[in-house]
Amino acid sequence: MKFARLVLANLGRNKRRTVLTVLSVALAFFLFATLRSVLTTLDAARELGSESRLIVLNATGLTFPVRQSQIPRLEAMEGVKSVSWANWFGGLYQERPEDFFANFAIDPASYLALYPEVQLPPDQKTTFLAERTAAIVGKGLMEKFGWRLGQTVTLKGTIFPGDWDFVIRGVYTPTDPAYGDQNFFFRYDYLYERSGRRAEPGWFVLQLTDPASAATISARVDTMFKNSPTPTKTETEKAFQAGFVTMWGNVAFLMRAIGTAVFFAILFVAANTMMMAARERIGEIAVLKTLGFPDGTIFGIVIAEAGVMTLLGGAIGLVGARALFGSTHALDAFLPGFRVEGGTLALGFAIAATLGVISGALPAWQAARLSVVQALRKVA
Amino acid sequence: MKIPLIYNLRSIRQRPVSTAATALGMAVVVAVFIAMMALSNGFKAALVKTGSSDNAFILRKGAQAEMNSGIDRHTASVIASLPFVAADETGRPLVSPEIFVVVGLTRLNGGFANVVVRGISPQALKVRKGITITDGRMFQVGAPEILVGATLARSFPNTGLGDRITFGGRDWTVVGHFTANGSSFESEIWGENEQFMPVFRGEVFQSVTFRMKDPAAFDGVKQTLETDPRITVDVAREIEFYEGQSRLLSQVLGFIAVFISGVMAVGAIFGAVNTMYAAVASRAPEIGVLLTLGFRPRSVMSSFLAEAMIIALIGGVIGALLALPINGLVTSTTNWNSFSEVAFAFRVTPALLLSGLGFSVVMGLLGGYFPARRAAKQEVVEALRAEG
Amino acid sequence: MALVEMRDVTKAYHRDAQEIPVFSRVNLDIAQGEFLALMGPSGSGKSTLLNLLAGLDRPTSGRITVGSDDVTGMNARQLAAWRARHVGFVFQFYNLLPVLTAFQNIELPLLLTNLSKKARRDHVQASLEIVGLTDRAEHFPRQLSGGEQQRVGIARAIVSDPTMLLADEPTGDLDARSAEEILALLQRLNQEFGKTIVMVTHDARAAEHAHATMHLDKGVLTR
Ligand SMILES: Nc1ncnc2c1ncn2[C@@H]1O[C@H](COP(=O)(O)OP(=O)(O)OP(=O)(O)O)[C@@H](O)[C@H]1O
Ligand SMILES: [Mg+2]
Repeated sequence: MKFARLVLANLGRNKRRTVLTVLSVALAFFLFATLRSVLTTLDAARELGSESRLIVLNATGLTFPVRQSQIPRLEAMEGVKSVSWANWFGGLYQERPEDFFANFAIDPASYLALYPEVQLPPDQKTTFLAERTAAIVGKGLMEKFGWRLGQTVTLKGTIFPGDWDFVIRGVYTPTDPAYGDQNFFFRYDYLYERSGRRAEPGWFVLQLTDPASAATISARVDTMFKNSPTPTKTETEKAFQAGFVTMWGNVAFLMRAIGTAVFFAILFVAANTMMMAARERIGEIAVLKTLGFPDGTIFGIVIAEAGVMTLLGGAIGLVGARALFGSTHALDAFLPGFRVEGGTLALGFAIAATLGVISGALPAWQAARLSVVQALRKVA
Repeated sequence: MKIPLIYNLRSIRQRPVSTAATALGMAVVVAVFIAMMALSNGFKAALVKTGSSDNAFILRKGAQAEMNSGIDRHTASVIASLPFVAADETGRPLVSPEIFVVVGLTRLNGGFANVVVRGISPQALKVRKGITITDGRMFQVGAPEILVGATLARSFPNTGLGDRITFGGRDWTVVGHFTANGSSFESEIWGENEQFMPVFRGEVFQSVTFRMKDPAAFDGVKQTLETDPRITVDVAREIEFYEGQSRLLSQVLGFIAVFISGVMAVGAIFGAVNTMYAAVASRAPEIGVLLTLGFRPRSVMSSFLAEAMIIALIGGVIGALLALPINGLVTSTTNWNSFSEVAFAFRVTPALLLSGLGFSVVMGLLGGYFPARRAAKQEVVEALRAEG
Repeated sequence: MALVEMRDVTKAYHRDAQEIPVFSRVNLDIAQGEFLALMGPSGSGKSTLLNLLAGLDRPTSGRITVGSDDVTGMNARQLAAWRARHVGFVFQFYNLLPVLTAFQNIELPLLLTNLSKKARRDHVQASLEIVGLTDRAEHFPRQLSGGEQQRVGIARAIVSDPTMLLADEPTGDLDARSAEEILALLQRLNQEFGKTIVMVTHDARAAEHAHATMHLDKGVLTR
């Protein structure tokens, strides 16, 4: 600790260089925090789905519907508390692909009962249950488009042609930010009737009385419909979610590869700074040695200098990223619940410390084994 | 008067470690930039190459994607009978009304993927250029036979010739493999439209693609079809349709590439600033001598800028070399328009390599500017007095 | 018995395959409390000799003992610790750390001891008083004149109360008046505090402040 002043004084010697290095380290750790949070958010999304809800899909593929006629048989099953269904509507708002958001037709009463994650004021819920063209919209989406309650919003149907008008009757907030607040829900019965009774549910959601029975009930559902015109594929909501996350492809690898690259880029910058700093001070290091500073202490001082820079930069970048994403929710539209976790901060600081040691190691080693006589001759 | 470049080269050689560290920092940035852009370009190319500008591509009005579309037989035959549809040697129209569905298949590695199954007309291989059956043969009309795209065949089981795949509740025999210039068709399964129609969505096609007699007359074709009272369709050039499908994701990827390499670049530029200031400081007496000899401050400035750019260019070249091996590497993601998997290869093009080098030079310029200006503004007397 | 004993000390440098002899089989005794001046033409090996005494360099052969310690037999770590305890070094170009104040520069050797912060401050204050710079404690080297910087250098050399003070041309970079002050200071340290001092100098007048002068020329040491 008593050497701290020496370390700090050395960092203050060339302030511009120290500041630039700290900033470039900060930028690197800002990127690190962002990239890693993409992964942790995706992992959280993978864990998001419930184990006590099953998703029943058409066995042929995601985009094929199931049949309304299957509902009674599902409801009659033992271990199934309730059944709901929904349909991907795929409507476009303002016909601009950039303005795209997820919109679903849901069976209002059963769906809201099944999804306590969707928090809706009671009066708004009552209206939604009563009014055929009503829609409920996530808070984030409301803010994105500046919509108001009671406003009519027109979606252009892609699967179901035509202009579809909906009146916003409710604004929901999710209990867990990872669930997302960028969805648009409207009533399935409205879709069914306006489509000339041609719509069918995209999938069913089953609420189980006991999550432990998920595997057996999934199997029973699929056997039950195996030889029907619409065979099904049933899995837990969690597995279904995880499958969706997987569809992004090898994001983890990409993030890791970039993260490694960022680490090395910044290692070069920091190591270069440390080498320049050490080279300029050969004479001073020789003086310290003449005064009797042991090699180990000199090594430690140079490493500490590097460590202070990388840890300071790391702190700025990591905490900055956390504060930025915590307050702006800049990425929430893509990755609901995007945030920089404590684990990411801890890992970041560990990497910053490592970076300090590695970038300081060579100059520190050179300084420690510097020959005093030679160095003093150069100075004098 | 210009200060010879050899002077900079010598000075770069004098500080090899510092030069190397700075250049390598930039190299990594350039490599990341090229790799990310290669990803974005590869995805775009896979989809864009799927389409041809000689073909017109038709969906139900407002459908936006094949998955959402439905075109009945009547519409399809109206289109096939139109005069601007090209014909083959035998006089049959070059038109392919197609079924488009996405089915879930298990991958070789056990994962689950959504795969496009496309029902084509027997004419389709003539409508589309660049489709080559590499193994086996074309399916026979009327038979439950399929062709499997080359990329798909690599990562899914039961795709060898003679193997059977089950989907849509039926077994299909693989009779051929095909390539399509690396386009997203190679991630698809093709069979006869009339075979798929009853199995999947009933009496409706999803799209119609035809070869235009005169591709230059596309606007007229579009106008005629979209205003034809008998049908309600949207018409696009095939290539533009697929470009549109790739737009959002390749834009997002491009944005991520620029964002990440931009942030990294700022860090690398700071590194270059440090290095160049150190170079200027250590050569203060030399600069003094140059100025005394009558070199203009501007020459000193450009000399240091040149030096920064040389270092950056070294970095750029190393970065380009680092990124080069990923060219052709195949990866996959999802085409969110159809929720189906698209395999594609990273594309490192000469133009991309050049822009990587350009990027590095810009970093060098930005990093060298202030130090170079400092060098040029140095007072001669001060410079001479400073110790080396 | 003398404080410092050099026995048959030979020093040669190696440059590539070539051997550059500086001096060979030099013998020297320095008594406790002595103030010795070392003179000789440039390149004769004065600094080399001083560095050997300071334990900064090792002789090619021969033995150096200081008190009961055999300096030539120590490894690098032992030497560093020994230097911290027994040697105060004064440089021609002062060699203060520009980023530290006078006070902090003087405090440096004490950082290697177990002294408390307060004890360190007291020691530094005492040294500053001896060299007469109490009022400049918070100044940085660049705010001090050459003579003042050298006084800080001397304060740094004596702050840990070392066994001997080694000075390599301490006045070599100073004007006559400042040089005189420094020499007076060294003399006082020798007389009042009984410090053993070895001073290399080119200046015959400087050497007059010492008890004795030795000459090193062509590898031979003479009184
Ligand atoms: N590290 C070294 N490598 C090779 N030769 C050296 C080394 N150090 C000193 N010498 C040589 O040893 C001889 C003595 O050098 P030294 O510095 O001791 O002389 P000096 O008497 O102190 O001279 P000055 O009065 O100029 O300071 C010189 O010839 C010098 O060139
Ligand atoms: Mg000397």
